[in-house]
Amino acid sequence: MSKHLTGVAASPGVAQAEVLVLEDNVDYEEYSVTDIEAEKERLEDAIQESKVQLEKIKDKVEEEMGAEHAQIFSAHLMAVEDPELIKAVEKKIDEEQVNAEAALDHAIEDFAAKLEALDNEYMQERAGDFRDVGSRILKNLLGLNTLSIAELDHEVILVADDLAPSDTAQIDKNLVKAFATEIGGRTSHTAIMARSMEIPAVVGASEIVDKVETGDQVIVDGLEGKVIIKPTEEEIAEYEKKAEEYQERKERLAQIKDLPAETTDGHQVELVANIGTPDDVEGANANGAEGIGLYRSEFLYMDRDSLPSEEEQFEAYKEVAEKIDGPIVIRTMDIGGDKELPYLDMPEEMNPFLGYRAIRMCLDQPEIFKVQLRAILRASAYGDVKIMYPMISAVEQLREANQILEEVKEELRAEDIDFDDDLEVGMMIEVPAAAMTADILAKEADFFSIGTNDLIQYTTATDRMNEQIANLYQPFHPALLRLIKRVVDAAHAEGNWAGMCGEMAGDKRLAPFLLGVGLDEFSMSAVSIPEVKDQIRGLSLEEAQEIAEKALSYDTAGEVEEYLSQL
Amino acid sequence: MKKQTVVIKNETGLHARPASMLVDEASGYDSDINLVYEGKEVNAKSIMGVMSLGISQDGEVVVQAKGSDEEEAVEAIVKLIESGFGE
Repeated sequence: MSKHLTGVAASPGVAQAEVLVLEDNVDYEEYSVTDIEAEKERLEDAIQESKVQLEKIKDKVEEEMGAEHAQIFSAHLMAVEDPELIKAVEKKIDEEQVNAEAALDHAIEDFAAKLEALDNEYMQERAGDFRDVGSRILKNLLGLNTLSIAELDHEVILVADDLAPSDTAQIDKNLVKAFATEIGGRTSHTAIMARSMEIPAVVGASEIVDKVETGDQVIVDGLEGKVIIKPTEEEIAEYEKKAEEYQERKERLAQIKDLPAETTDGHQVELVANIGTPDDVEGANANGAEGIGLYRSEFLYMDRDSLPSEEEQFEAYKEVAEKIDGPIVIRTMDIGGDKELPYLDMPEEMNPFLGYRAIRMCLDQPEIFKVQLRAILRASAYGDVKIMYPMISAVEQLREANQILEEVKEELRAEDIDFDDDLEVGMMIEVPAAAMTADILAKEADFFSIGTNDLIQYTTATDRMNEQIANLYQPFHPALLRLIKRVVDAAHAEGNWAGMCGEMAGDKRLAPFLLGVGLDEFSMSAVSIPEVKDQIRGLSLEEAQEIAEKALSYDTAGEVEEYLSQL
Repeated sequence: MKKQTVVIKNETGLHARPASMLVDEASGYDSDINLVYEGKEVNAKSIMGVMSLGISQDGEVVVQAKGSDEEEAVEAIVKLIESGFGE
């Protein structure tokens, strides 16, 4: 009999393969040994084996993703052969006459505890790296499978509590067929990565880690948010059919790929993609994106141990500008909230989402902000680059940011460095205060892009990661619809354009409403573009306007959702 | 025994990358090399030891070596730290 689990449909598609469970906990038994030398030899063998594995991973990551990403494995390699670690483990074997597993585990814990006791968040997190190394040696001692994502040699479906950015960074799309995780929602890191990599995913599938084992066959249905463990033959056949239908639909949508997003009465809007790294441009182009509506520059700052240099940033922005034939909106770094940079030693906060983040941090540390602005301006010589500030809540911040931008432009002029002096500078609308004063902001910003993930969270006062109140996080809330209309109207009154780059822009149920209130640009995960385009091409602007008016007349989110879903 | 005091310049202190570079350098010498920081002493050839010191920017560290190549070892490590590890 098969088992079914339900979670959140995080990334569309259907896949079947063997499971690889990523887990860090290794169980072992502690026992006394008499042959001390034999125990030390076992340790030595396990260390050698771990070393060979890590070298392989390091080479692979270096080859596929560059030296920067491989650096962490150099540190792991050093830790595997750490003379003090080996000394400590051997001492425990000698003195306590315990097996190598127990001695190693205790020694690693001693070191990790020392790091965790330090008053420095970055160092505290490195304890996790040492535990990683310890768990690798431990698995080798026990003869367990140590397969990591970077060393895969066959197709798998990854199952884990959650995937860390460092896990997703190692993924080979040809071998990883789907993800299924225990935690997370549609906007969690894993979900966003899955959509941008176009890998089917189900997140928030509770207890999945306990219910499957590495090697089990599973089906992940990213269309409906289901995971089927050990499927029956009928189920396999059913899902093969479903995968085929999905494929056909995808192909049908591919046919409209190069057609404009135009209503039946000739009103055109722009459909663009959200990306995190230059590699995502490929998916954007493949799905017919007309440009990039949100380049999340903060990914350049993550998973490393120092700030990226101006040159490094410039290269990344330039690469995107050269790869895509259309506008590129680069959002200045949105760090803080759920995205921390351990190396900046940021203060611990009670409410990080209401705290020191994004533009607030940039205005406080202009020396960091200026490096990024210089890199973006330099890249503007290579394409239609636009700058967008995140988390603006008052017009003074916009002025201050623009003042810093002016200073940077002045520096570049003095150094005789090329850039586009007329590049558009806009801002995100993700704070209710900004939405309510959009008329004031529109006079000083060239464009708006509505960041709905945060705007919903702040407007409804609902933490989007808190599963207990997930039902209050409501894109269909009448307050949201009104704020959106207000922002678009304010932009148009000043002759500016208004876009949207949150998850709402890619929800095809909302497309008629957004079209009807006059949204000019829709920026979404590249995979959502074809469906939304299909929807827009089937409507007239007049119909959309009527739908928008009707949607705005309802009292509850439930009614709005029901109305828009049945269209 | 040869020893010398040096100040860490790196903004983020002795993080993974500089710590690995230091261990890598130290491992190339025969001498026993230790780092002393805030009263704690560790083997400079041990990444876990070096990182467990949690040295932050402006931290004063004593580099000490004992053995056949102690002079060269201390000199090279001090030079590496003073260069800011190329950051």
